[in-house]
Amino acid sequence: MTRLRFGFLPLVDAALPILARELGFAEAEGLDLVLVRDLSWATVNDRLLYGHSDAAHLLAPLAIATTLGLGRPATPISVPFVLGLNGNAITLRPDLAAQVTTPGTLGDVRAIGLRLAAIVRATPRKICLGVVHRYSSHDYMLRYWLAASGLDPNADVDIVTVAPPFAADALASGEVDGICVGEPWNSVAVDRGVGVIVAVTSQIWRRGVEKVLAMRTERMAGDPAATDALLRALYRAGVAFIDPLRLEDIAAILARPEYLDGSAALIRGAVSDRLLFAQHAAPVHVPDFMFQHREAANFPWVSQAAWLYSQMCIAGHVEANDADYNRAQAVFRPDIYRRALRPLGIALPGASSKLEGGIAGPTGVGTPHGRLILGADSFFDGRCFDPDDLAAYLRNK
Amino acid sequence: MLHRTIERRLLRIAIVDESPARAAVIAEGLRDAGLSDITIFADRHGIAARLEALSPDVILVDLANPRRDELEEMFALSRAVARPVAMFVDQSDIAGIEAAVDAGVSAYVVDGLRKDRIRPVLELAIRRFNAYARLRAELDEARNALAEHRTIDRAKALLMKKRGCDEPAAYAALRKAAMDSGRRIADVADALVTADRVMGDL
Repeated sequence: MTRLRFGFLPLVDAALPILARELGFAEAEGLDLVLVRDLSWATVNDRLLYGHSDAAHLLAPLAIATTLGLGRPATPISVPFVLGLNGNAITLRPDLAAQVTTPGTLGDVRAIGLRLAAIVRATPRKICLGVVHRYSSHDYMLRYWLAASGLDPNADVDIVTVAPPFAADALASGEVDGICVGEPWNSVAVDRGVGVIVAVTSQIWRRGVEKVLAMRTERMAGDPAATDALLRALYRAGVAFIDPLRLEDIAAILARPEYLDGSAALIRGAVSDRLLFAQHAAPVHVPDFMFQHREAANFPWVSQAAWLYSQMCIAGHVEANDADYNRAQAVFRPDIYRRALRPLGIALPGASSKLEGGIAGPTGVGTPHGRLILGADSFFDGRCFDPDDLAAYLRNK
Repeated sequence: MLHRTIERRLLRIAIVDESPARAAVIAEGLRDAGLSDITIFADRHGIAARLEALSPDVILVDLANPRRDELEEMFALSRAVARPVAMFVDQSDIAGIEAAVDAGVSAYVVDGLRKDRIRPVLELAIRRFNAYARLRAELDEARNALAEHRTIDRAKALLMKKRGCDEPAAYAALRKAAMDSGRRIADVADALVTADRVMGDL
């Protein structure tokens, strides 16, 4: 047995490593997967950087930021597997939510954005919105939505960092007017009556990259056998995650004190894409709310890393340059994904990059063998991102 | 100019910790070493403004603090002239970094502060974090010992009542059972008390 320490934050999208351990997939691959729970991304990341953990459940942009040396000394990080797409929501104070949507329903994200923008302009004080981390998909998706709704996210609103477990408290105390956070924390706020979900991130980008498996590149390269075994165990956990017959078991495992230490009912809602948008409302089925496995969702498309870098440029977190753009893209490692999963005989994408937002409906993509159909991956404003022309994308922002 | 000022005066240290007991243990250690300019922040309310007004050279934060991401964001946006950066600045000092992560301490240090001035502070902080962890472990141990003592007393009382014997005989019976079964006396006593609770008056 090879022992691997895996850092995670108590969130529903830490499901695959937790299930890889609990359902025995890691053990079957000869891995003793030890899960290390922390309460801040800073600490998950520090443990990874300084060898306290071998792998981690990490925010995709944070893996890129760390590689580029933002906030920490530059350390090459690799992402050979994506732990899931989307699964986050935007939750506003109930009174504010009532002005932009019909509370309890899934509205039109474009219309809601325009109404929110009008309120932001008409409010003398700055509206304050919480995200879980500066280098998070939450931050970049929220900024994308606000910008496409006609606002300048850097000037027109305040965007602050709020740790997920405190998101509901921050809404209740009036510290923030809204939050963009993962599950179960939106549902906790709704359950307490201190927030109403107005949008989910899959409405902003149908196939938005979220948490990833991150390893120090040096660590990953030093033990290809353990790395490949880990990827296969996570892949099998993904198959189990989407099995409706296992829903109850999965929610009960994730809810345990050593993992999420939360309500199995709320977790079951997120896993099955059924969310309560407002207190006392009926659950709403949001197709593709959390997308953890189908359509090669775990494949680390280099173009996803490229899109994140473009958003870091737009937010002013980095200044665009070719060298950093290349380093950012090199963080995502489809080559490792293919090497590890080839023995499973599944359909593997032949390309490593794609036009993000370019798929309007189910489309077959090239694979060496097998059939792979990808569903729509559009952005709500209809824009596409071509990783081969970053400059043009940034010019037309 | 700023750097020269820092080099001359005493280092100003802030400890951000939701556990006042641990913060006190760390502060005491630093004071003993002559680092007397210490402020403890146990409550996060208004911490941004207070930290900015204080303008510390070093900020110590518990690794398990759930607010670390928020604190880091605050440091990054700090309007103070000198922005604190995450400790692990000295990449060459791998042993130091590991000791800090092991002890559970992270530090943020104003940019440009000389390494030889930071190092003693970090080393002390690590030692005090470890001392606090030991203290906690000892306290837990003492609590367990006390609980075990109570269980043994309860088991003795049970035996005295059921067998009509005196205390030394009851204790001797417990000790013999422990030796025969290769278990600790406290464990035998615990089993006896638990069995009595489950069986009741049967």
